[in-house]
Amino acid sequence: MGYFSNIYHGIRTLLTGMRVTGKYFLNARKGAITQQYPDNRDTLKMFERFRGEVVMPHDENNEHSCTGCQKCELACPNGSIEIIWDRVIDPETGKKKKAIDKHIYHFGMCTQCGLCVDACPSDAIKWAQNFENSVYDRTQLTRILNKPGSKVRAGVEE
Amino acid sequence: METAIKEPTTSKSNFKSEEYFINMGPQHPATHGVLRLLLTIDGEIIKKVEPDLGYIHRSIEKMCENNSYQQIVHLTDRLDYLSSHINNEAVCLCVENALELEVPERVKVIRTILGELTRIASHTLWWGVMGMDVGALTTYFYGFRDREMINDIFEETCGARLTMNYNVPGGLMQDIHPNFVKRVKEFIPHFRSKLPEYDRLLTGNIIFQKRTKGVGILSKEDAINFGASGPVARASGYSCDVRKYHPYSALDKITFTEALDTTGDSFARYKVRIAEMWESLAIIEQLIDNIPEGDFKVATNAVIKLPKGDFYQKVETARGEFGVYIISAGTKNPYRVKFRSPGLSNLSLLNHIAVGGKIGDLVATMATIDIVVPDIDR
Repeated sequence: MGYFSNIYHGIRTLLTGMRVTGKYFLNARKGAITQQYPDNRDTLKMFERFRGEVVMPHDENNEHSCTGCQKCELACPNGSIEIIWDRVIDPETGKKKKAIDKHIYHFGMCTQCGLCVDACPSDAIKWAQNFENSVYDRTQLTRILNKPGSKVRAGVEE
Repeated sequence: METAIKEPTTSKSNFKSEEYFINMGPQHPATHGVLRLLLTIDGEIIKKVEPDLGYIHRSIEKMCENNSYQQIVHLTDRLDYLSSHINNEAVCLCVENALELEVPERVKVIRTILGELTRIASHTLWWGVMGMDVGALTTYFYGFRDREMINDIFEETCGARLTMNYNVPGGLMQDIHPNFVKRVKEFIPHFRSKLPEYDRLLTGNIIFQKRTKGVGILSKEDAINFGASGPVARASGYSCDVRKYHPYSALDKITFTEALDTTGDSFARYKVRIAEMWESLAIIEQLIDNIPEGDFKVATNAVIKLPKGDFYQKVETARGEFGVYIISAGTKNPYRVKFRSPGLSNLSLLNHIAVGGKIGDLVATMATIDIVVPDIDR
């Protein structure tokens, strides 16, 4: 290729590329997909399956459905879940029954793999879509999932 | 692989030239992670490249020995994080083969679709970063724009954008989201319209071509000798697609052509990856309309115990052949796990193809090898 045709070819390829970028430059407002985070916090909605952090839903009577079967603790690959349990006497039957004292969740160790929620037989734990998880001290990442004074919902069996 | 260091030629110049060492990385943006390259250079001519690994070693293979077979899967997300879905699939297939478990057709098809989407996501990211490495910043934004759509698909169905952990031995963790098919069908025409734009913007660009053509040439013999796989080997004319030769999941029913080139330079590796994106789109299109009905999971025991013996399964990730080798002693944990990662063998040929080039050529060559350091250094 000759010297001048080389230059001509080079400039033409540059212009071809600039036509692409120019098209976007002129239609900048139309095709913008940039999210204006954190200004869009009110409208930003995560997908329902998004794995933010593990939570234990409680109903209005302060009851959860965790029976303390420890399947989540066994499923967890890195020891993020620790269950302190005890045997309490069931008032109806008078028999001793396993119940959780504390469901401790070390969020700092969690890799959000989802194996615990998958393993839970009574849907006691689920994923929350919260993703702003920064704290000033890592001890704040250790959370007790069951609320104080809560107990297992009647009828939930292992 | 030692390369003879030639004496610097001083006859043409009055200046005395001396070789010296320089570190590239571990905190260098062009090394795509914490990879340290010990360069022996003479002026700007590279005489020797020695990769120094170990900066992101997490002993994942050792960790696997203490984890159950379900738990191993999520560790493979952290190897080659850009093709994490395919890595997960490899472990699941290996465990399923060992258990002689037949997964439903639905699972196979979904796994293949997600695998190909992962490949496109990985290649779009590579395309963006490749452009950036040779000085074109715009590609980075365009590549990430299209990858974002795939990430949304993953997030909606799998719950995560990068470390999906969606495959479990026996099937999938959940069924696909009701929007999955719709979103994939939206993505395919969108991406088909954007791929020619990639070509106009970067492939034909004169600066890009001058930076990549004839740079880092790898012959077919060397590609085989170094154990190269994936687009790096295919750009040298070595047909080695695992999807073609050892089809897994639903790939045995799919017709697709393996992207091949014979030049073996950086530009050939670039073209092979662009062609692979087209092929992945074709594979997804063949499957997306007829996902069979059925279960998304076969029930397995809560504690999976593999029979005694050793099991190997290989898959084609975005970077090449990824292999999982499990030795089982019949207990609930593997006795030993070995991952054959494509990145390590592809990196091993860097010294061979970069010697004699300039430092800028090394950056372009590394970009086309498409290394992901956590994959190399497990």
